[in-house]
Amino acid sequence: MKYMLLIYGNEELWESFPPETLAEVIRDTDALHEELRASGEFVGAWGVADQAQAKTVTVQGGAPVVTDGPYLEAKEYLGSFDIIDCDSLERALEIAAKVPFARHGKVEVRPLMHEAAPEA
Amino acid sequence: MIREPRVEDLLRRLAPQVLGALVRRYGHFDASEDAVQEALLAASVQWPREGRPDNPRAWLVTVASRRLTDHLRSEQSRRRREDATAARAPADATVAPAPGEAPATDRDDTLALLFLCCHPALTPPSQIALTLRAVGGLTTAEIARAFLVPEATMAQRISRAKQKVKAAGSTFDLPPPAERGERLAAVLHVLYLVFNEGYVATSGPDLRRADLTGEAVRLTRAVHRMLPDDGEVAGLLALMLLTEARRSARTGPDGALVPLAEQDRSRWDRRMIAEGTELVTRTLATTSRLGPYQIQAAIAAVHDEASSADDTDWPQVAALYRLLDRVAPNPMVTLNRAVAVAMTSGPQAGLDLLAPLDDDARMAGHHRLAAVRAHLLEMAGDTAGARAAYRAAAAGTTSLPERRYLTGRAAGLSGAR
Repeated sequence: MKYMLLIYGNEELWESFPPETLAEVIRDTDALHEELRASGEFVGAWGVADQAQAKTVTVQGGAPVVTDGPYLEAKEYLGSFDIIDCDSLERALEIAAKVPFARHGKVEVRPLMHEAAPEA
Repeated sequence: MIREPRVEDLLRRLAPQVLGALVRRYGHFDASEDAVQEALLAASVQWPREGRPDNPRAWLVTVASRRLTDHLRSEQSRRRREDATAARAPADATVAPAPGEAPATDRDDTLALLFLCCHPALTPPSQIALTLRAVGGLTTAEIARAFLVPEATMAQRISRAKQKVKAAGSTFDLPPPAERGERLAAVLHVLYLVFNEGYVATSGPDLRRADLTGEAVRLTRAVHRMLPDDGEVAGLLALMLLTEARRSARTGPDGALVPLAEQDRSRWDRRMIAEGTELVTRTLATTSRLGPYQIQAAIAAVHDEASSADDTDWPQVAALYRLLDRVAPNPMVTLNRAVAVAMTSGPQAGLDLLAPLDDDARMAGHHRLAAVRAHLLEMAGDTAGARAAYRAAAAGTTSLPERRYLTGRAAGLSGAR
């Protein structure tokens, strides 16, 4: 089963990291990715660009309308996500607990249902 | 004129025989498996261009052996390994069998390989991946595509599985008779999972990936040829055929799930049904050990023989589920039995059977319980209850087509009072 680990936080939190904490988080993140690669459970990890770069698309009267944002009111935003493929929810939760950001922000775990394959 | 089998099919059929021959001669399951993959690749490129060799099997064994010895020679501990290899190689190791003559050990080799790939030290996903590659002859890329993961992820999974098998100290021999039954059950379970992955596609947009169901049937056929007297092997093959027969009726034109009761039965594959029914009938008549696959195949046969849901011999289905519940007690079996009982004794009788499952830890929050309850409540005319149960089931499933189907059922009841 594939799971998405959504890593949440906010600018205030990310900016509050002293350089050594930031270095530690980056190092531990790389180590976790390497561990998952070695175990054959790693599908990929992505960082989500800042909210300032978010666009929203709607189609109104058949024409696409693009607006900036949304600049969510929420206290925490999606900062990055990992996709893993592992045996059980228990294992997914175990991996989520190893995400360094779980020590600072929070990690949401969602089972993934594959919508479409890249090739038919 | 006899048409030659396609190169691809021939290679896939020969793959476990060639691997078996290599492992038997040299040991080194891990390195042999890589060498066979390289030989298969070389054949798939060379044969169509330069013609097929007179003895394809011997050609593959020779090429794979050369790759393996090259590999072993290049290893650091060259001297030591070569000695060990030479000591282990039997005198006839370099003699190829006459064309068309399959050595007597092929059968045992393929079985031993299956036992090795379905080793209890491995998790089911690893057993599946290794079986498809080492016995099924699929490439890592093909397996990765079937399971919708990157090729590197699958390659790593397979390589780790091989290391684990090695670390478990397993030898390339058939398990001792005392363990044989349990180990064969593990092999059958893996084949069943491969079939199911293709059929239900827990993580796919389309409900079935035909290549995986086809592969499961092919491998189970091979096991059945090797162990024709084993009732459970025959039962599993029959179950697959009788299920696969309904494939084209299982989805509507829009790709949505069509439940058994609403399927257009004229689209069922009659030839497959005939083969599966014949197989399960013969097995049930001769078996000394009635197992869950045989009973499930018998249930599938009863469904496949009926011209409509109403025409189905529901008392027979209910009786078979009761038998299955005794042979292999499992809350999933109770769920299915509840449906059959509802058809013979009314929805309330079915709902009564479901009640104890609410407290069963194995079923806690399982969407199938909510889905069956929804169906029975709908039969009983409890629209509001059915709608709520369909919604709960839709929230619980991790299969996209199933969620669409369940949400659709809930929506269909929304207008009703």
